[in-house]
Amino acid sequence: MPLLDIKDLTVSLFQDGAETPLVREISYSVEPGEILALVGESGSGKSVSSLAVMGLLAKSLRVTSGTAHFEGRDLLALDPEEMRKLRGRQMSMIFQEPMTSLNPVRSIGAQIMESIEENLGLTRSQARSRAIDLLKEVGVADAERRLKQYPHHFSGGMRQRVMIAIALAADPKLIIADEPTTALDVTIQAQILDLMARICRDHGTALILITHNLGIVARYAQRVNVMYGGRIVEAGTARSLYSAPRHPYTDGLLQSVPRIDQDRSIPLRPIQGSPAAPFMAIPGCSFPPRSPYGTARCQTEVPAYRDGVACHTPLTLKTAEAV
Amino acid sequence: MSALLRIEDVSVHFPVRKGLLQRQVAEVRAVDQVTLSLRKGEAFGLVGESGCGKTTLARTVLRLVDPTSGSIWFDGTNVSALRGKSLAPFRKQVAAIFQDPFSSLNPRMTAGQILSEVLHVHRYDGRIRDRVKELLGLCGLAPRFVDLYPHEMSGGQRQRVGIARALALEPELIVCDEAVSALDVSIQAQIINLLEDLRAQFGLTYLFIGHDLSVVRHLCDRLAVMYLGRIMETGTSEDIFSSPRHPYTQALINAVPAPDPFGEEQRKHVALKGEIPSPLNPPSGCVFHTRCQIAADVCARRVPPLNWLGPQHAAACVAIDNPNHPTP
Repeated sequence: MPLLDIKDLTVSLFQDGAETPLVREISYSVEPGEILALVGESGSGKSVSSLAVMGLLAKSLRVTSGTAHFEGRDLLALDPEEMRKLRGRQMSMIFQEPMTSLNPVRSIGAQIMESIEENLGLTRSQARSRAIDLLKEVGVADAERRLKQYPHHFSGGMRQRVMIAIALAADPKLIIADEPTTALDVTIQAQILDLMARICRDHGTALILITHNLGIVARYAQRVNVMYGGRIVEAGTARSLYSAPRHPYTDGLLQSVPRIDQDRSIPLRPIQGSPAAPFMAIPGCSFPPRSPYGTARCQTEVPAYRDGVACHTPLTLKTAEAV
Repeated sequence: MSALLRIEDVSVHFPVRKGLLQRQVAEVRAVDQVTLSLRKGEAFGLVGESGCGKTTLARTVLRLVDPTSGSIWFDGTNVSALRGKSLAPFRKQVAAIFQDPFSSLNPRMTAGQILSEVLHVHRYDGRIRDRVKELLGLCGLAPRFVDLYPHEMSGGQRQRVGIARALALEPELIVCDEAVSALDVSIQAQIINLLEDLRAQFGLTYLFIGHDLSVVRHLCDRLAVMYLGRIMETGTSEDIFSSPRHPYTQALINAVPAPDPFGEEQRKHVALKGEIPSPLNPPSGCVFHTRCQIAADVCARRVPPLNWLGPQHAAACVAIDNPNHPTP
């Protein structure tokens, strides 16, 4: 049984009497212990779909259809209290901005211990020693002294380590990390992601890694979902997706990034135009205005998601070479 | 080719003041003894992590910050000595593109007003309205953008307006400070290609500041790697990326994941230990020695000079070509 199983999930924004779907009928699953990447650009729905899983949607956002099961339990049927218990103990989340996700007026120790006491029901002193162990595990030196310090005493990388410690407090089965290193320098990014990968390996924790960085996906993820316009347009193992992308969008993304491992004189092939705004109702596939392969059918009919790709004209090796 | 811009032994130190009397208690050495020169028509990259001084150096070149010592020469003139009105000709020849197209454009002005303001200020002698349309066209924007406000445009379109503004006075040098960092991958590629096309078309010189090594490598002919205010290594993109010699450059390149799962599996990952020290209290000797895998006693005592390793390649590390230096 997969750890997390999502089927046909749709999340809509309700504003000014209008309903705008931001996530459209996405389906995917996460196996225990694996690292799955959600890749896409701003507005692709990668964060909103994960917030829906965590039960953390803003008031104006609602799941309008579909199901989400965690270890067989229907997440969408849980009442807020049951959801709160699941969150933290079974699954936890790490956000992009370690500056804003920690409380600036409470000590680091209090914030880690809060999570431990709440989720594990330990006493104060037990929680304290667990907090010290956690800080050591995430590579914060001099843990006992640092426990008394406040977020502003910590650098960005160190704050993100603290967030990881809090997420790990109850040894959850699933961690969702939303752009965990986007705000960090590249050498610190490597430290943090190496740490998260090691923790997943050691604890058997599954990780959903939300990122826009194709290099991070290649280095750390086993499987990838590519999202565009609220839909998963392609999914597969990192290896198959990178070596033979089938959706023109995935191919376009891979052709747009300058690569540190290839000849620098290879010109970039950007995707033309801008991503479609979710407010624009587009019949058919939302990518054709930007796709070099679009046909008449793409304009009228939403492509079904089949065998890992949602496209009327998926790339084969032949079409990829012709362009 | 002659040097268009020469940065000579430039240091920029900011005083840290405290207390009622605002006494100076310390200073931040944002840029320390940097020497560089840019040839006409080349794209030169400055890379490094936060606090390395790359943005301060760019602002010094733009004459937005005064150097504490050293001088900046542009086209044979010492511009660091110029003040007030005498700077006007220099300002016409040097333009800037900033990272955030959201905050670098006035939200109350249309693209047309933003572009014509620059032309007005510098007394452009021609039909301003025509020039504005021409500039928009050069940057791939339709004439209708003249009447659009920044909030009516996407991030990529806003950055195009920022580029059009930089081009307005036909500058020689454009300082690009993280010009593509805030953009989505697919849009970033469009802007990178635009910058390359414009350089070829107008023979522009770029000083390109970035933290994304893949982008800098793609765009720049030569670059310098900075750490805590100092240059660690400089050379052509080929020198730096195919045979990096400074341990910091090597670690920095190693930290960048390539979009290739097969290659990444083969690659040996050596994460750099520790954090970037505070520029308020930089390490003695070589500023990198606290995180360096091959640091020896001498590194804490002596500031290593930039040593030339080839016609264009130089690095500041005592271990290079020293068989007696310990290896990790």
